[in-house]
Amino acid sequence: MIFTIAAREWRGLFLSPLAWVLLAVAQGVLAWIFLLLVRDFQDLQGRLAGLENAPGITDLVAAPLFRVAAWVMLLLVPLLTMRLFSEERRTRTLDLLLSAPVGAPAIVLGKYLGVLALLLSLVVLVGLLPLSLAAGATLDYGKLLAGLLGLSLLAASAAAAGLYISTLTTQPVVAATVTLGLLLALEVVDAAGHLFRYLSLLRHYDALLLGLVNSADIAYYLLFATAFLGLAIRRLDDMRLRD
Amino acid sequence: MSEGALVRVEGLTRCYGDVRAVDEVSFTLDQGQILGLLGPNGAGKSTTMRMLAGVLAPDAGRIVINGIDLLDQPRQARQAIGYLPEQPPLYRALTVDEQLRYSARLHGLGRAASRLAMAWAKEHCGLVDVGRRLIGNLSKGYRQRVGIAQAILHQPPVIILDEPTIGLDPIQLREIRHLIRELGQDHGVILSTHLLPEVQATCTHVQIMRAGRLAYASALAELEQRRQSTCMRIGLSAPPPVDNLAQLPGVVGVEDLGNGRFRLYHAAGAAPHRVLIEQACVGNWELWELTPEHASLEQIVVDLTLGREATT
Repeated sequence: MIFTIAAREWRGLFLSPLAWVLLAVAQGVLAWIFLLLVRDFQDLQGRLAGLENAPGITDLVAAPLFRVAAWVMLLLVPLLTMRLFSEERRTRTLDLLLSAPVGAPAIVLGKYLGVLALLLSLVVLVGLLPLSLAAGATLDYGKLLAGLLGLSLLAASAAAAGLYISTLTTQPVVAATVTLGLLLALEVVDAAGHLFRYLSLLRHYDALLLGLVNSADIAYYLLFATAFLGLAIRRLDDMRLRD
Repeated sequence: MSEGALVRVEGLTRCYGDVRAVDEVSFTLDQGQILGLLGPNGAGKSTTMRMLAGVLAPDAGRIVINGIDLLDQPRQARQAIGYLPEQPPLYRALTVDEQLRYSARLHGLGRAASRLAMAWAKEHCGLVDVGRRLIGNLSKGYRQRVGIAQAILHQPPVIILDEPTIGLDPIQLREIRHLIRELGQDHGVILSTHLLPEVQATCTHVQIMRAGRLAYASALAELEQRRQSTCMRIGLSAPPPVDNLAQLPGVVGVEDLGNGRFRLYHAAGAAPHRVLIEQACVGNWELWELTPEHASLEQIVVDLTLGREATT
């Protein structure tokens, strides 16, 4: 049942030009930045040769690329998640799901998996960029994978937050704006002190980019996503009461 | 109230803020019944149906579908329901086939069962030719049909149709009414409408709602009885004095409409047409018109709702 809903969501995204355009734009921007990073690396290469323990191409190209990719991701996620529930409520198609013998958890998880599949395909596309360097350089695959894991977790967390916010309003644009605001706030919140630093989405990401796969960081993202999905399920049950 | 009813509703209440949209509504539906919820706009028909479909939770009351409490076991109960909301829940970007397949899968049908169900529903709703077309490009009538097909796909015991014939042309209207009557034979159907002819054409039972309350509920036949003729209009080229007409057996009153036309009042079910025709021949009155006059059902419904309102 979850997969039926996820498959429709996925199809829905790709039947509209939105998903294609977003993937194309993201990939275009990141490819350009990737090329700039490779050029910078080539300029630096001579000086790095003399250094002991010099940072490799993974550190100097892949990690900065992933850092930019995280920002791009956080800007794109609201555009993908904004319609998940708000559009269905506006066009009244949600009635089909609500009257079907499907529980709220299955509806939420189905939609979540649908949009997550799209985001993960973006992560794969981003991963292909540094992987293309394998043709002429030695990559640190561990760091690369850690970075991709971080990017996936980041996307998964942001999508969960976006999904919840789209249950709150019937206007997709409002959902997108609020999601964007929340995600941006969570990125810069670490400036506000030690406690807030722990809440920051990007701080946990930085550790993964260094190749440090810390269970605390992974737990942070998983908790973050679970919490918002839980809120969305509650909200959906609540909709039957209020509407 | 019988235990074995297909749908049993008790004291259903739902408020929007201070407005009691549905107020203490109770009824039952058995298999083989087609229940028409009739009422003006804003009477609470849609709210009632949304609650029956499990889309909206009631503030108070109980809904038992096929022996399963909708609030205690929502998923099992919803399996037994096919619901067409006021606005058919269709994804404009999908084709008719994709939409129906999605709906079938959502209702737990397997791959093979879905295919059979789709073929059956498309056949019955006249959708065979449009299976590959995008829903966004279909006319309103066709979308309505897809909505109906979607509601009956999984052969639910209870079918809830919120204004099912809106936007259909007369030919489609006839087909869909026929379909609903057919479905009513081995399902229980509840449909809402604000059009009385709709109820007359399809339903076996009728409930009239007004301001969130049930104003009247009965079998349709009972309602029909109320509209039995109690007067007839006649036209005579050579009319006798009015008194002669008033003295005919069975006639309780006469009204002179001028130009040789009269309205004769009589007791329900005892029209004096036979006597009249005989007398007209004998007396050479030259009868040229004899029309039984029905009180319109519309009028009865209006009287019923207003009458009820006056007493509450």
